[in-house]
Formats: sequence, structure tokens, C-alpha cells
Amino acid sequence: MTRNKSLVSAAIVSLAIGSTAAQADTLENVTKKGYVQCGVSTGLPGFSNPDEKGNWTGIDVDVCRGVAAAVLGDASKVKYIPLNAKERFTALQSGEIDLLSRNTTWTLSRDASLGMNFSGVTYYDGQGFLINKGLGVKSATELDGASICIQAGTTTELNVSDYFRLKGMKFEPIVFDTSDQTVKGFEAGRCDVLTSDQSQLYALRIKLAEPEKAMVLPEVISKEPLGPSVRQGDDKWFSIVKWTLFAMINAEELGVSSANVDKMKTSDNPSIKRLLGTEGGLGANLGVSDDWAYKIVKQVGNYGEVFDRNVGENSPLKISRGLNALWSDGGLMYAPPAR
Amino acid sequence: MQKDSNENPELKKTNLWNDANFRAMLFQVVAILAVFGFIGYIVNNALTNMEQRGIVTGFGFLTDQAGFGIVQTLIEYTETDSYGRTFIVGLLNTVLVSFLGIILATLLGFLIGVGRLSSNWLISKLSSLYIEIFRNIPLLLQIFFWYFAVLRALPPPKQSFDLGAGAFLNIRGFFLPKPIFEDGFSWVIGAIILAIAAVIYLVKSNKRRQLDTGIYKPVLLPSLAILFIIPALVFFVVGQPLSWDYPALRGFNFQGGLSIIPELMALLVALTIYTAAFIAEVVRSGIEAVSDGQSEAADALGLSNGQRLRLIVIPQALRVIIPPLTNQYLNLTKNSSLATAIGYPDLVSVFSGTTLNQTGQAIEIIFMTMGVYLTLSLLTSSLMNWYNRRVALVER
Repeated sequence: MTRNKSLVSAAIVSLAIGSTAAQADTLENVTKKGYVQCGVSTGLPGFSNPDEKGNWTGIDVDVCRGVAAAVLGDASKVKYIPLNAKERFTALQSGEIDLLSRNTTWTLSRDASLGMNFSGVTYYDGQGFLINKGLGVKSATELDGASICIQAGTTTELNVSDYFRLKGMKFEPIVFDTSDQTVKGFEAGRCDVLTSDQSQLYALRIKLAEPEKAMVLPEVISKEPLGPSVRQGDDKWFSIVKWTLFAMINAEELGVSSANVDKMKTSDNPSIKRLLGTEGGLGANLGVSDDWAYKIVKQVGNYGEVFDRNVGENSPLKISRGLNALWSDGGLMYAPPAR
Repeated sequence: MQKDSNENPELKKTNLWNDANFRAMLFQVVAILAVFGFIGYIVNNALTNMEQRGIVTGFGFLTDQAGFGIVQTLIEYTETDSYGRTFIVGLLNTVLVSFLGIILATLLGFLIGVGRLSSNWLISKLSSLYIEIFRNIPLLLQIFFWYFAVLRALPPPKQSFDLGAGAFLNIRGFFLPKPIFEDGFSWVIGAIILAIAAVIYLVKSNKRRQLDTGIYKPVLLPSLAILFIIPALVFFVVGQPLSWDYPALRGFNFQGGLSIIPELMALLVALTIYTAAFIAEVVRSGIEAVSDGQSEAADALGLSNGQRLRLIVIPQALRVIIPPLTNQYLNLTKNSSLATAIGYPDLVSVFSGTTLNQTGQAIEIIFMTMGVYLTLSLLTSSLMNWYNRRVALVER
């Protein structure tokens, strides 16, 4: 039987190549290729969005850049693969991308049955409602009988159904294929409400023709921890992606930023020394160079910088840190120590 | 060679390779084995790889609870139903839009196709213009155009157009009173069936009489009378077993009654208009394929214009029209999957959209979806082939 199989597989070489490439060591593959293939969204301001020149920016993009900086020493060595919500898992499973960093919610079923591992949380989000101010609705509990525009291929459909069922309310789901169509449907008045993760609602609101006429309701109806994910079965690569994010968070906690990282290299603080690789040789065990975290912080920045630049103070979205503040500031961002 | 083997049967045995029949057989067997081996390898490869990566496979997910809502369902459906039921709901929505689309596109297409051959300059040019415009614009754009045109033209629920008789039109859809059938309505249905049978009998006996005696009596008016009067009589005799559920504005929108969502309207309009342009050309070519001599012969026999069309031209044109018309029906069914772009809950949107995303069972779901379109297409084409055999030229 096995002999038969190997005979056939030898005969059909092209297929065999497609199937084995994904199983090989991802780190080795990336080093050989010279770039990281990163699955991102088709365009979501603040998370992964291309500008008119095709340069990608956003929190999710910065995770990709961080991984490239840690592994290849150059944050620009990333090839972005825009994926819609339906394509993303297949792209990861089939080995088309090395890492999926595309505002994807970490859930049990995705961890358990899709052959993927979430390596951390880049943004703690929750689902909310965007509504036309003219309707005079102040709370989500007044939405009985409303038409709701939803984007297909997201966890939001399930959340909104659960929420309305629990409250004993009815709604009419209008499911669009892309985020643009969803916004158009909402703008045309097809639905009373647009539902999505709150971070997206703020981003979509500024895209509306008349943003001041719409408002985001206060209710958050779900937990949406968004984070990068990798294929199962490659623990080394899993650790690298996981620790790229941890390095950014630790750097913020230790006060290391892209501006002062060169000076910090000579710091006396042993935690900083270990993180930046001047002491301890921790990078080698991870499979990257010792100054991996230095490169991440130098080229991409710490978590606070990344947040402010893409979605926070210094961005058009102006989202406050909230749950995404460091644990020491009352938020949820907490990374295991680098030692 | 042939001669040789005939004269000397022993040579045939020794030179099997030279036997054309055997060679043909051998090549076919090899080809079939190769195809099946290839498919088997791909399936095995996919299964092995999925198992290695810890991806769950199989159709067990179909009995799991779906948990999401669907805007238009032809059968009873709630969030607590299974993924298997979302498949049925999506399938029925696809069948609904395809079926209505095929009927409307056929009617419109025949009208335009005949219009293009009209001797009236204006009608003929307008028909040509219609065909050239609508068959040359991509369908997806037309769907978007109709959808957003429909949405822009319609008012919000609180300013709905009141169409009278309890019907309302607004951006959320077209709301109609819903008939509620009470006890005794089965009598009325029985009466309708009876009336149809009577009409069929009337038409057939009339035709037989015409063949036997040459006397032709008009049957249209008596048929219509039978179709209306018998069911109406029964309806009143059993005490009008029918009431209406009127839609009423409550909260955000109209509740109750029957509603047709704007996505269905837009998709239906787009599919109908697009496919009708192709059908019109099919019809025109079919009619033009009937030689002028046939019409001239009909005129010489003294047939009226209507009789000439009905008895001579159309039966012959149909032979040419049916096969390409089948293609258009298949195209329409497959094109209906573009529904997902405007949020109409067809099979692709519901099942290979939401269900796929929630379960992650891409291969199984795409496989089932492909199976559905294949089955629908094969069903349509076998129906049309059956009809084609009926209208085909019978050599006598």
C-alpha cells in the first residue's frame, strides 16, 4: 500500500510539491525565501490597510513586520496577501501564508478544528452596533424588529443572533459579502443597524458620507480577542510569532521605544538587557538572532507606539486604550517575562 | 490487414496488438484507470494532509445547531435549527430565484426576440438596442445597479408607498396581505383541478372534432369561463374559507403579511433582463431559421397570420430554439449565485458563506454546493431534452 502510494506520488510530482511545502519547517522556509508571507485583510483602516502606493499599515501589519524583523532582521521583508473572511483559514491551512494577521477572533472552535493556533491577542475587541441617530434609539435593547447589515464570514452573525435570542427580540439579518457593500447597504437605508467589532465600527463610521449622523451604541455584546495565528504542528514558528507580540508588550512595559532603544541597550536593568539580547542569549534558543527584540522595537516600535500610530491618539480613529492598556495601567495587555 | 485476419484466423490471435478493437478497448481502460487513480490520489492527499494538520473532516457538522438568522426562508427556520437545514433553506432560495427568473426571462426574451423581427421600425430598433445594451454589460454590475437603484428609489418604512388593498412598498421590501387558508379550502383546490381537467378535455375534443370534420370552434372564452366560474362557485358554497393577514407598521418595519425583500426583487430583475437579452437572440435566430417557403406555403393555403405563426413557424422554430435556450436556463441558474454580492440568502451566501465560515469545513461544503448546482443543471437539461425530443422533427 505505502509502496503503491509512493509510486503514484512520484508520478504526480507537481501535486506532491504542493502538499509537502506546507509541512516543512516554516522558519527554514521563510529564511530561504527571504520574506514572510502574511495574510492580511482586504482593507480595514487601523488594522491592515494599503495606501494609494500599496504600502500596508495597521496593527496587524505591524505584527507581520515584527516577525520579519525578528526572523530576517528587516521589517520590510513581508509579502502581504489580502484575504477575505472566507479565504483566510484555507490560505493558512494550505501553506499559502506563513502567518495570518487579519483581525481574526480567537475562538474555541477555530483553535480546535481548523488546524490553527492563535499566538496571542493584539487587540481586545467586542461587537457593537452602529445606528442612524435619526431613529432615536439609545440602547441595543430597543432594537426589536430592526434590520441589521452584517458582513459575511465573521463571528458577528452568530453573536447578534445569540444576543437577540437571549433578549427575546427579533431582527432581520442582511448579510453582505464585503465590508464596502455592508456600509453601502447601511447608508442606503436598507438596514437600521450595522453590526461589527467596535473598532471596525469607528473605522467604518469615518468612511460614511455623513459620519455625524451615525453613532455607536454603548452595548458591547461579545468578546472579540483579535490576534495572529499560525498552522498547528510547527511549534518553533508558533513560539516566534507568539514572542514577537510579547516582545512589543514587554518593551512598552519596560519603557523601551523605537526612539530610545539604542540608548536602552546600555541600560543597567537586567530585564531590558535580556529583552534586547545584550545578556542571556535567549534569541538563539528561539531560533532567531540574540538581538531579535531590539530589531523589532527599533524597526516597528513597542506595543504602545504601534497602537497609537494605527488606531489610537495619532490616528484618525482616535480609539482610547481601554482594555488594550497595559495590565499595570488597568488594561489586559500582559506578557510573560523575557528571561 | 483486415483481409489477412479474415482469411487466417490464427494470425488474429498472435497479433492482438494489431486488432483495432482491442487497442481501442485497451486505451479506454487505461484512460479510465488513470482518471480514477488521479482523483483517488487527490482525495487521499487532501484527507491525509487535513488529518496531519488536525482539521476535522466529515459531514457530522450538518446536525450541529446553526445559531444564525436568515432573512428569507421558504420553510420554517429558526436559529436553533441545524446546519443541514441552512443547506435546505439556501437551496430553496436558489431554486426560487432561478425558477422565477427562468419564467420571466423566457416571457420577456420571446417578446423582445419577436419584436426584433417586427416590421415596425421603432419596435425592431428598440428591441435591438435592448439586446445590445443588456447582454454586453457584466451581470454583476447590473445586479449592483438594480439593487442600489431599487434601494435609492424606495422610501424608508415610515413613508412607505401605500399601494392600496393592504399592500405597501418601502426600502425593506414589498409587503402584501398573506392569504390564510381555512378549513374547507381544499374543496376550492379540488374545484380548480377539476376545472383544469375540464378545459383540457374541451380543448382535446375540439381538436379531434376539427381533425374529423374540419369545423373549428373557438375555445378560449368557454375555457376561461370554466376556469373562473367553477372554483368561484365552490368558494362561495363552502362559505369563503379564506382570510387575509395584513401587514402593519410596528416599530422599525411592517410586521405580518407576506414580504418580498428588495434583494430578491433586484436579483430577479437583473437576472431576467440579462438572460432575456440572450434568449431574444436565440428566439430570433430560431424564427429566422424557418425558411420563407414555409410561410409562403401557409399563405397559399389561406391560413391567417396567427395560424401561420402558431401552426407552421413556431413549431419549426422551437426545434432550433430549445437546445440553446437550455443553455440560457443553465446560465441563469448558475448566475444566481452572484446573489451573495447583494445579500440575497441563496445557497452560496448562506451555506458556503456563513455556514462554511462557522464550521470551517470548506471541502465538504464546497463539494455539496457544487453537487447542488450540478444536480440543478442536470435536472433542467434533462427536462429540456425531454421537451426537445417532443418538438423535434419526426421523420415520417
